[in-house]
Amino acid sequence: MTTMEKTANVPEPRAGDDTAPLLEVRDLHVEFHTRDGVAKAVNGVNYSVSAGETLAVLGESGSGKSVTAQAIMGILDMPPGKIPQGEILFRGQDMLKMSGEERRKIRGSKIAMIFQDALSSLNPVLSVGYQLGEMYRVHQGLSKKEAKAKAIDLMDRVRIPAAKERVNDYPHQFSGGMRQRIMIAMALALEPDLIIADEPTTALDVTVQAQVMDLLAELQREYNMGLILITHDLGVVADVADKIAVMYAGRIVETAPVGELYKRPAHPYTRGLLDSIPRLDQKGQELYAIKGLPPNLLHIPTGCAFNPRCPKATDLCRTDIPALHQVTEKDGAELAGRGSACHFWKETIHG
Amino acid sequence: MPEKTSPEAGRSTVAAAVVGAAELTEATIKTQGQNKPRSLGQDAWRELRGSWLFWASGVLLVIFIVMAAFPTLFTDVDPRQADLRGHYLAPPNWSHFFQGDWFGYNGQGQSVYARTVHGARASIIVGVCVTIAVTVFGGLVGMLAGYFGGWVDGLLSRITDIFFGIPLLLGGLTLLQAFTHRTVWTVTLGLATFGWMQIARVMRGAVITQKQADFVTAARALGAGTGRILFRHILPNVLGPVIVVATIALGGYISTEATLSYLGIGLQDPVVSWGVDISAAQSQLRDAPHVLLVPATFLSLTVLAFILLGDAVRDALDPKLR
Repeated sequence: MTTMEKTANVPEPRAGDDTAPLLEVRDLHVEFHTRDGVAKAVNGVNYSVSAGETLAVLGESGSGKSVTAQAIMGILDMPPGKIPQGEILFRGQDMLKMSGEERRKIRGSKIAMIFQDALSSLNPVLSVGYQLGEMYRVHQGLSKKEAKAKAIDLMDRVRIPAAKERVNDYPHQFSGGMRQRIMIAMALALEPDLIIADEPTTALDVTVQAQVMDLLAELQREYNMGLILITHDLGVVADVADKIAVMYAGRIVETAPVGELYKRPAHPYTRGLLDSIPRLDQKGQELYAIKGLPPNLLHIPTGCAFNPRCPKATDLCRTDIPALHQVTEKDGAELAGRGSACHFWKETIHG
Repeated sequence: MPEKTSPEAGRSTVAAAVVGAAELTEATIKTQGQNKPRSLGQDAWRELRGSWLFWASGVLLVIFIVMAAFPTLFTDVDPRQADLRGHYLAPPNWSHFFQGDWFGYNGQGQSVYARTVHGARASIIVGVCVTIAVTVFGGLVGMLAGYFGGWVDGLLSRITDIFFGIPLLLGGLTLLQAFTHRTVWTVTLGLATFGWMQIARVMRGAVITQKQADFVTAARALGAGTGRILFRHILPNVLGPVIVVATIALGGYISTEATLSYLGIGLQDPVVSWGVDISAAQSQLRDAPHVLLVPATFLSLTVLAFILLGDAVRDALDPKLR
């Protein structure tokens, strides 16, 4: 049997109600109780993902994007982490109210996660075949032999060459790109409804990044999964995402369909991010940078958290926290899926 | 399939490595498939085969273990048979290999050679059993403390600290003097009771390091339960240091057993053990040093062999060195 034949052997995309979101995060708060005080990592995040949809969560380090993902997966270290309020609805059920055992059953089989660094996320002393097969043994109670056969299938599916003889190799014997494929295979094993990819390409070099993202996008289409792509790389997002949520200091500051965001950002922070991408037509000029540092989560600025770094900040920004406004055209026509948490979104988008 | 198949299979492996994965034919995949899969154990074995430390310590240990299991293979002289006539502290007769008078006679007129051969059993049983008990118990305590942290760690670590305050020898002495009739098993109990803390600490530290590893988070994210994470993911990663500490400690337990016997609180006559013999030989050290030196040499060699083995095994088990 060759690799190609096996790839074709995949199940039909599952039929589902496309309108109801698969996962909905409502007003999620996460804080960490440290010796220096309470660090508020996530402050009221709302987002939703439907089957077959890709949501990109964009933000710099410390913006709370990974913590939100960990809260969804239920792998937050508690304590020191704490979820004082919020809901995480998976198919309408609040996962925060479930028992530990119920959540464990969802992890891996319904919602799976792909981690940033595949080398450290794979157990160095277990063969990749064992680790892939473990998914079936834990969730479906298959025998060792059946699990290994399934592991070979999976490796074929993520296009690892010569899967059959590599199944007993150890993670360190694979290249970086191949390891990330194995992580993807693990997440895919039980054909989950939703995959959360936490910076899946950050540890890879640029040529491999594209391959891995293509593979991920292709498999997502094939299985009609929801995908939450967490990243700080605007380039990665542009090709694969359907919609984008930009996070800053634990809040979503802007949401938009992917093309719209690049064309017309409606939040000064997003604009700053886009302006700081090097461009060929601005060769020789100084590259724009957002001034200042991301806020200390122990002391988040009052009002809009971005105000100390914002070129357009006024007194209003220093006192009032802006809500996520619905963004409209100049004539008042609604722009679907667009929102901006800026008092001056109109000026930002329409100039 | 055994590793050594036909020379043809070996050649195709080399060929396959050269032509690269893209050009693998089905035939080479098959032969490779038979040659290549190797578990951690097989890899460790491959590594061990090339280590002279392993062979030196291994040969010594095999000799001692066979000696412990089947002492009559080495001598047919009864180690308890005492015949003082012409034998009192008789010096070794080096030309009589494997005979009763090879290593001379002790103050009771007993064959030192026969007693040394028969003494291996008590020492090795005590050493191995204490090590197993200590590794299982200490390992469990360390794992629970390290993995769960919080009050579990607090409680278990304080208990460990309390036991750490009691020296192994003093604890063993105190506990064992409560038994009037002491066998190999009471000595094992005595040593295990006061010997598990080091393993517990090593285990706790290793588990704390490993539980923060990304692959533990990943295993959790993919739905593994606590038991599976502890025993399937963390345990294999922490076994290395624990095996090394345990093997080295094994030598220590054997010598502690000898010390206890020397002090008259460990094994007693009529049990034949190296410690008992060393203890009995001390008064005649100047007249007949061989009575002391022979069992002492065997004791040292056993301890050394275990320590060297621990070292060799550590190198072989480390997946990062492969």
